[in-house]
Amino acid sequence: MSLNFIAALLYLFLYAPLAVVIVYSFNAARFGAGWSGFTTKWYGALWENSLALSATKNTLLLAVSSTAIATVLGTMLGYGMNRFRFPGKALFGWFLYVPVFIPDIVMAVAMLLFYSLLRKWCSLFELGLTTMILAHVTFQIPFVAIVVRSRLVGLDPALEEAAGDLGANEWQTFRHVTLPLILPGIVAGGMLAFTLSLDDFVVSFFTSGPGATTLPILIYSSVKRGITPDINALSTLIVLASIAGTVVVTLLQRTKKV
Amino acid sequence: MQEKLVVPPGSETEKQSRNEPEVYAIQAENLVRRFGDVEALSHVSVSIRKGEFFSLLGPSGCGKTTLLRIIAGLDHCDEGILKIAGRDATQIPAHKRPVNTVFQSYALFPHLSVRDNVAFGLRMKKVAIEEITKRVERIMALVEITAFAERRPGQLSGGQKQRVALARALVNEPEVLLLDEPLGALDLKLRKQLQVELSQLQRRLGITFIFVTHDQEEALVMSDRIAVMNAGKIEQLDGVEDLYERPRTRFVAQFLGSCNLVEGVVREVTGAVASVQTTMGDLRVEIGDATRKVCVGEKITLAIRPEKMHFNSKVAENQVKAVVRDSIYSGAETQYRLEAGERMLNACALNSRVGSQGLNVGETVLVHLPADALIILND
Amino acid sequence: MNTILSKSPGSEIKEHISYRGQLKRSAITTGPGLVWLVLLLLIPLAALGVISFLSRGDYGEIQLPFTLENYKRLLGFGLLGFDSLYPAILLRSLALGAGTALICVVTGLPLAFFISRLPARFKTPALTLVIIPFWTNLLIRTYAWQILLAPESWLTRFVHAIAIGNVGDPLYPGTFAVAIGMVCDYLPFLVLPLYASVEKLDWSLAEAAMDLGANRMRVFRHALLPQIMPGLIAGTIFVFLPATGQFVIPDLLGGAKTVMLGNAIQQQFGQSRDWPFGSAIAFVALALVMVGLWLYARKSQGKGGPDLL
Repeated sequence: MSLNFIAALLYLFLYAPLAVVIVYSFNAARFGAGWSGFTTKWYGALWENSLALSATKNTLLLAVSSTAIATVLGTMLGYGMNRFRFPGKALFGWFLYVPVFIPDIVMAVAMLLFYSLLRKWCSLFELGLTTMILAHVTFQIPFVAIVVRSRLVGLDPALEEAAGDLGANEWQTFRHVTLPLILPGIVAGGMLAFTLSLDDFVVSFFTSGPGATTLPILIYSSVKRGITPDINALSTLIVLASIAGTVVVTLLQRTKKV
Repeated sequence: MQEKLVVPPGSETEKQSRNEPEVYAIQAENLVRRFGDVEALSHVSVSIRKGEFFSLLGPSGCGKTTLLRIIAGLDHCDEGILKIAGRDATQIPAHKRPVNTVFQSYALFPHLSVRDNVAFGLRMKKVAIEEITKRVERIMALVEITAFAERRPGQLSGGQKQRVALARALVNEPEVLLLDEPLGALDLKLRKQLQVELSQLQRRLGITFIFVTHDQEEALVMSDRIAVMNAGKIEQLDGVEDLYERPRTRFVAQFLGSCNLVEGVVREVTGAVASVQTTMGDLRVEIGDATRKVCVGEKITLAIRPEKMHFNSKVAENQVKAVVRDSIYSGAETQYRLEAGERMLNACALNSRVGSQGLNVGETVLVHLPADALIILND
Repeated sequence: MNTILSKSPGSEIKEHISYRGQLKRSAITTGPGLVWLVLLLLIPLAALGVISFLSRGDYGEIQLPFTLENYKRLLGFGLLGFDSLYPAILLRSLALGAGTALICVVTGLPLAFFISRLPARFKTPALTLVIIPFWTNLLIRTYAWQILLAPESWLTRFVHAIAIGNVGDPLYPGTFAVAIGMVCDYLPFLVLPLYASVEKLDWSLAEAAMDLGANRMRVFRHALLPQIMPGLIAGTIFVFLPATGQFVIPDLLGGAKTVMLGNAIQQQFGQSRDWPFGSAIAFVALALVMVGLWLYARKSQGKGGPDLL
């Protein structure tokens, strides 16, 4: 077998699931795998589906707010870890990788457990959008911090020294030199955090309450009941959004390099 | 200049600066800087006069850049006091010091245009916009970078970046301009050209320049005074000519130009003349440095520059018999390796006559080591 | 001096700031994120650890006494004698994680080489095609395999036609479906770091080996493999660790017979309502991942990638 043939098979393997979801979203049959004609009615049905609409709203609300918090905290963390010393820093540097590698489910049940313990004292931790945001920020922070820190490592320290030498105080140096130069890293970290939040199912599932259903949770519960064509339509839209997002980011990165 | 150092009225420093005429731009007293167990600076004291072109010369790792960074406020010292323009600046952060730096890598801000790079310092100090425009234009014209004012640093050549870095520092009208091997990354021709331009600029502006370099020739060409540094200490601080003609230590003698070293023992001292016994015979030596005490029986090292030796001259004293082992002709002069008294000497002679004039390899010559050209080193 | 200083590791640390100044600035910059992670991650994980040593009450509540019972049960020594259920789950998770990593290596290598040997202008699109599934929701890609592997699907019929498995036996749910879903999900995790190493390959070594008469397998083994080892190991870790702790894929494709650690945890926190036991399983899953990560970090720091072989 030639390399090209193997590669073609692997691409087919990677895209078969995406293709089947897209194809079946246009299948007229309500149940089963048989093909009974082309239709776009499921997309119309989706528009009528208030559950799907509110899940979309929740998902975006969750992703935007958690990303905003995580990007600010993660950037500060990445900057501080790169620039300053404090006792126990090496240990904390290790701990920062825990959310990156921890199995989703472990983090999810730890949160669930923690919230249920807290609820004995404080009603704020009633499962819902707030608890989901708190959980999402927790796994997003390290990703932002790590991306920002790697951008800082590549930065010539003389640039900040030059700013100080020219009369900029610490804040001015950060605002006018460091921030513009690490902005691509912050944007990249923020986009990573945003995508992680959009994609997350497990942590959301365990920390969500009634009325705080997100798209992944909606898809999961639908799949558990049996896949329906309108879920395929919803998934198709998500897949297309992911493709568009990835392509746009790739193009942006390319134009930046030239 | 822009930032006036804040001195409480009636304080010690203020009285001092009022009474004494401010002749020194920089006064460092007993500076110590340690990196772990290594002393990058060990008890360095130096005073740099206002308006002079001062060089810190030494091999890499000698502490010259550390000293420069401490003056700039980019690094702190573990002990000692640093005064800028007569005022204690030891605890003053970099952004409040009236000094500016031209960095080795230039450190131009890649996200700003040349014009914005130059204006950066004034903007940070919130100088009025019209004033900024005026000063930026003037300095850009002075260093001839107006033509590419709108470009980004990434689009500039090494020499152009160098000029931008210079303009960006000078526009702030600092008391002292610090230059950290600013010509290191340029090719030889451009270096030579910029050496001349920099010296001229310094004279025109009258600003104190402190120039860090490991290139002795560069330091000699440009400076008024040079401090030669080695292993965290200043070996010798002198005017350019004194430094070359009267090196005080082995290190200085050999780092600045080339030098022959001859060990010997002092036989007798009469007035300002010592008689020194060496493997090449007894040599008469004039004690040039009055501060250097020489005792009979002391083991000393003599230094003599290759070009100070003369061949077959009709002088009675300090003649040494030597055999020519090697000769290298290099146009204006010829360098010789001579063997005398079981040791090798480097000599060179200017090819001032017309036609062939050199010594032949294998030839025996009388070499004259003038008594006033022999220098007694301190170590 | 200058070059040495500016290149030494950690030179971004602002050394000229005093220790107290460093602490103050750390508190301002690192502080909020650190406090957040301690409050919402470290303490919950610690709580998980503590509860894993507690007992379950009759109504699913958490209660004293402290006990090692949960861990014993996980190892098979329950109250009712030896029970292989949980040891089997543990082993199955490890085996499926390792198997997934192995299949991803075998399939990822040709894909990485294929992309790196494309003409320059096709490389980014080819790589983007690998990244797109990576950024597409895992749930969607997983449930799609339910459709693809359904009993009457063309894929199932094709697989049966080329005589794999018995006709009539569904491909899903089961271990096979889980493996397919895992490989499909984690292949990009391996290809991306591997591609980075392959792209940096020094082919002159391979040419030299060819000149010396080595056959293709030996060239790969001795001239190319050592060079791409760091990327390969990193990629393997990125597949093995998360695959072992997977929950969604075995949940959707595994069925009752292919329960993995993730499903066992969910079951204890869900239907069984035995939180202490669930915590114990979760804690073991966490420990597995962290030990794996620690071993990898220690080896790769000390010696550099190729020595790991």
